[in-house]
Amino acid sequence: MGQPRVIIVGAGPAGVRCAETLVAAGLRPTVVDENRRDGGQIYRRQPDNFTRPYAKLYGTEAAGAQALHESFDALCGKSGGKIDYLPETLAWNIADGELHVTHNQRTRSLPYDALVICSGATDRLMPVKGWHYAGTYSLGASQIALKSQACAIGRQIVFMGTGPLLYLVASQYVKAGARVAAVLDTSPFMRRVAALPKLLARPAVLRNGLALVMGLKRAGVPVLTGITPIEIKGSPETGVQGVVIRDNRGNERSFECDAVAMGYHLRPETQLADLARCAFRFDHETRQWLPETGEDGRTSVPGVYLAGDGMRVLGADGAEIGGRLAALAVLKDFKCPVSDDELFALRARQAGMERFRRGLVQAFPWPAQQAAQLPDEAIVCRCEAITAGELRRTVCDKGAQEANRAKALCRVGMGRCQGRYCGNAGAEVIAHAAGVPLEQVGRLRGQAPVKPLPIAVSEEK
Amino acid sequence: MMNISRPKPGLSSSRFARLAETERPAVCIVIDGRPAEALAGDTLMVAILNNARELRESEFGDARRAGFCLMGACQDCWVWTVDGARLRACTTVVEEGMQIVTTQPGAAWANLV
Repeated sequence: MGQPRVIIVGAGPAGVRCAETLVAAGLRPTVVDENRRDGGQIYRRQPDNFTRPYAKLYGTEAAGAQALHESFDALCGKSGGKIDYLPETLAWNIADGELHVTHNQRTRSLPYDALVICSGATDRLMPVKGWHYAGTYSLGASQIALKSQACAIGRQIVFMGTGPLLYLVASQYVKAGARVAAVLDTSPFMRRVAALPKLLARPAVLRNGLALVMGLKRAGVPVLTGITPIEIKGSPETGVQGVVIRDNRGNERSFECDAVAMGYHLRPETQLADLARCAFRFDHETRQWLPETGEDGRTSVPGVYLAGDGMRVLGADGAEIGGRLAALAVLKDFKCPVSDDELFALRARQAGMERFRRGLVQAFPWPAQQAAQLPDEAIVCRCEAITAGELRRTVCDKGAQEANRAKALCRVGMGRCQGRYCGNAGAEVIAHAAGVPLEQVGRLRGQAPVKPLPIAVSEEK
Repeated sequence: MMNISRPKPGLSSSRFARLAETERPAVCIVIDGRPAEALAGDTLMVAILNNARELRESEFGDARRAGFCLMGACQDCWVWTVDGARLRACTTVVEEGMQIVTTQPGAAWANLV
């Protein structure tokens, strides 16, 4: 057999390091990426005609971003390059050992011997009454607006949710000159103290995080922990006007704003792994279903590998290590020589990332109880404006206690985002209404195409 | 046909605010028949939301929408060209002369009743 045909989906930290490792071993992988430029989300590159320097764009992560971009540029080279790079190309299905991709309204299938899925993550969202008003954005969205387009999502912005990104993006907004009305974190402060032993696995990252919070407070931004979101105030015509919460002493408080950036840490994009028929397991700590993998990213399906936040959310550094590990796994499985020293060193570093990840999960927990407390009139599915009440009636009156059954009957998870933003919370609402454990509700099945395709798409022979 | 309205008193005319990179060349587009100015390198979403407060009307009647994820995952930012082609505003780069409508072409029939 000749060289194995390896396809990597995603040109973020995991995909780039995976490609680099394979190229170093003499392979020529194909890299499929939906974005116009490499870098993924966290190291997203600004358009060519923007001029902000790395330090301004990526702050403490500038060196990491620049190194990744330069590595990818070297892989692409000036003449021909060492990889086959397919940007602006959506990987939308996997069937019979082929990856189906679409570019410029033309679709084709790419056969592979090994497929490394580095699909990254999206914001994990918990609905709140009023989150459908114009001006509510995901936390990731607020960062993309700034990083990739030099815009703020509003003139007075509330950051609400939990997780390290909340403080990072709020700080980036303050530095860029935006007015941040408040940072409202649902996680109680004591959770962070309890998680310290695990968070100390990455002391520099922990130090950065503490500095961000201090910086926000110095800038006069109210930073509240242990809050409960009550409502985003606004109107269908003019959008967001403010946020109402209960603080950690039980007092109701309001913050005027014209934009809300909301996120509760991240959830892996697992649709492609699902379509490849990888086995999933329920993760009790984060209360979500994740693909089953070995430590180097092997899945239950031979020839299919995962790396980066699409496997488990370790962040950019862990994604880079994961990409390298998955590449070594591919090489090993195809009987190519692999340095065991390199493998063991990477695994040891990844163990530290994993310990830190578990610290973050402990410090910034997914606020599952909020789903149970959502008022009936609150919208759960933003795509089709379906309320918590309708979902509960589907469970209680029609007996739909399983995620896909409930989706079929009331369409929560059926809309244009395909459950990315309502799926986690919807499952919590179902579990609470049915009085069953969350894992019994199951998970929304991945469906092809994993994102909507225009009807004008034609097949390339 | 319901188009993006002119702003109410007290509200700024755009949802987004530019913080830097404003020296780029201007690009002229048309939003719901009105001329608007964007900057080269803007996404279509940024181009529109620096001129208006919303991108589209939710087809389920709950509210006007201005996008949500900016990374091509939520599909909440679909707009249309005057020719009826659908564009995902957050991943489309603005081009000189683009003519955009913020109301789904087909949705106009259903609302005739």
